[in-house]
Amino acid sequence: MNRSNIRMTGAGILIETLCEMGVSHVFGYPGGQVVNIYDELWRARRRITRILTAHEQGAAHAADGYARATGKPGVVIATSGPGATNLVTGIATAMLDSVPMVAITGNVPTGLIGRDSFQEINIYGITLPITKHNYFVTDVKDLADTIRDAFKIATSGRPGPVLIDIPKDVQTAKCEYRPADHPSAAGEIPGVNEEETARQLELARKLISESERPYIFVGGGAAGAGIADEVIKFSEKIDAYIGCTLMGLSAIPTDNRRYLGMEGMHGHYSSSMANKNADLIICLGARFSDRTTGNAEKYSRKAKVIQLDADIAEIDKNIPAAIGIVGDLRETFPALAEGIGTACHPEWSREIEEYRKEEKRIAEAADKKRRSSGTGVLSPKDIFEVINSLKSADTPVVTDVGQHQMWAAQYTEFELPRKFISSGGLGTMGFGMGAAIGTWFGCGCRPVLVTGDGSFGMNLNELATAVTYRIPLVIVLFNNGVLGMVRQWQTLFFGKRYSSTVLERKTDYVKLAEAFGAKGIRVKDTGEFAEALKAALKSSLPTVIEVPVGKDELVLPMLPPGGSTDDIITSIGEEDMK
Amino acid sequence: MRSVIAVYVENKYGVLTRVSSLFMRRGFNIDSLTVGETDDPDFSRITLTLNGDDHIRDQLIKQLYKLENVKKVKLLDEATSVERELALIKVRNTPDTRNEIMTAAEIFRAKVIDYTPDSMCIEVTGEPTKINAFIEAMKPLGIAEICRTGAVALERGSTVLM
Repeated sequence: MNRSNIRMTGAGILIETLCEMGVSHVFGYPGGQVVNIYDELWRARRRITRILTAHEQGAAHAADGYARATGKPGVVIATSGPGATNLVTGIATAMLDSVPMVAITGNVPTGLIGRDSFQEINIYGITLPITKHNYFVTDVKDLADTIRDAFKIATSGRPGPVLIDIPKDVQTAKCEYRPADHPSAAGEIPGVNEEETARQLELARKLISESERPYIFVGGGAAGAGIADEVIKFSEKIDAYIGCTLMGLSAIPTDNRRYLGMEGMHGHYSSSMANKNADLIICLGARFSDRTTGNAEKYSRKAKVIQLDADIAEIDKNIPAAIGIVGDLRETFPALAEGIGTACHPEWSREIEEYRKEEKRIAEAADKKRRSSGTGVLSPKDIFEVINSLKSADTPVVTDVGQHQMWAAQYTEFELPRKFISSGGLGTMGFGMGAAIGTWFGCGCRPVLVTGDGSFGMNLNELATAVTYRIPLVIVLFNNGVLGMVRQWQTLFFGKRYSSTVLERKTDYVKLAEAFGAKGIRVKDTGEFAEALKAALKSSLPTVIEVPVGKDELVLPMLPPGGSTDDIITSIGEEDMK
Repeated sequence: MRSVIAVYVENKYGVLTRVSSLFMRRGFNIDSLTVGETDDPDFSRITLTLNGDDHIRDQLIKQLYKLENVKKVKLLDEATSVERELALIKVRNTPDTRNEIMTAAEIFRAKVIDYTPDSMCIEVTGEPTKINAFIEAMKPLGIAEICRTGAVALERGSTVLM
């Protein structure tokens, strides 16, 4: 069909342009100021699948989860006023983790803007600091190009969310729509200077050749760029070891011999030690957040830093970099690897083995304290051992935020990239349900959502969405009756004054799941959990598996807030817990 | 250290909010910000001045670059650029102070642009340091109110920002 130069309404142009951008799914919730858009979506129902969530926040997290699982931009639509403000946490979550997302909101007609009209809110102003860019469209003639630009900005360089606010009269106004002749060129990355890059690459290669203890640090930027295979080959060549951030998890297969695990506040012991004692850190798309570095002044003082990032402002922001290389990692990293000589650092490898041995010793000591069967609670590590043994390589593991998230980060074994879906930067409790739904629509693999009773309580209404769309989610609900992560801080640093962290709820999660039309089961030991998980992984309905966990379980190791690897806590005596 | 930064921006909806909110969000303190349309009405030019260490200044420049509507950011070198600011200063006009005010205004090449029996409004243009000096000179004579534009700056010679 020749669609060139048809007169269409703004709402129609929006849908056509979304199709142009390759959008196949939109998450959202209708309302008075987007009803025209929903009408056009109904007409386009064979081209775009609409997913109606229970709450706009769930829709935003779903668009985010879709994007994390696929690498394609997630799209969310909400109405003006409360619809738009309900997106805010979801947009901020995507911003902090650099997730490509396009959020579309309706607004009151331009003539009513600024009059405090019904459901009017300045969502443009509200989302300024939490979007990569945002738009308020005042002329229907600008709409198609605005949407094209929004997708370009959301996906190029360092990805991020873009919001487009469209007043109702712009949705109903008509103008000529001309489909784009060819896909627009990739967005430019600000601050790229080819001469400077060449010079920095040369200096970086020199530093690498001089290094005797090289360490590669993989962040979300490298995971998103899909350069893991090249990174592994490179590490073999220069005899380096690899650690990652929370956002870098699952980029490198857990069993790779070069891989040491996650760094940071609850990172693995061996990667924290390797980082501390390295003489060179090659940082690929990570931003040295405070949760990764602890006290920035004390972070890896022995090491020089080579930082590769798509965002010029990340270079030198938190940790001074000897070398900063700005650009798309898919281009800059191969350029760095090219012409690098082979190296061998037996002394470094021997040290790494020592860290691994120590890590194993710590784990074995902790294992001895693991609660045996018959206590009515399961140990977190046991739960993940069961999950690891029953999930398949392509199972996405989605988490909420809290202790369960850190245990998931520490214990889950990954073989494939984009299989760990978790809110890192913003640490959004309530992220998991929406994100798991989006992950399902994105990759079509049944997600295992690991959540806690605190986080689950925030957005469990999305169980209704999962049931409606027959999404066979497996929800592993860690129920310890407390807000475990904050309680852990209170245990360690606040004299066990458990202020507002004891939930003492009487919720029956089995009945709750059943009331939503999902399956619910409560398990008492590891054997029951394995059986329940097996069944849930075959079920055609979402299943909530409630797993009782002891309220005194701690996430260890831990770098105390503001501390460094010098202060790492690897175990807590029984005495301390009394 | 004091820095002067020129920013070339698209004249789009909300661009000034975008630039100014960046300072608060990233914890940068700026001394002045001026903005005005360029010869091309689609673009505006912003001049920023700030006091801060090199790290803060470099971060500010990089963060500005990331804004979609920002087309160019340049740190201006004081030695190779010209800088001007304008201030309007209202001072109390009394028989005792009148002569001293007029003399100081003449020395600073300032102009009296409004006169009443009990007040004078003086326009002074120059580098911000000169404005500061003039204000100091006026203080003991009784300043009623002040309005400063903030600095604008261009590079010397044929060099242009865009």
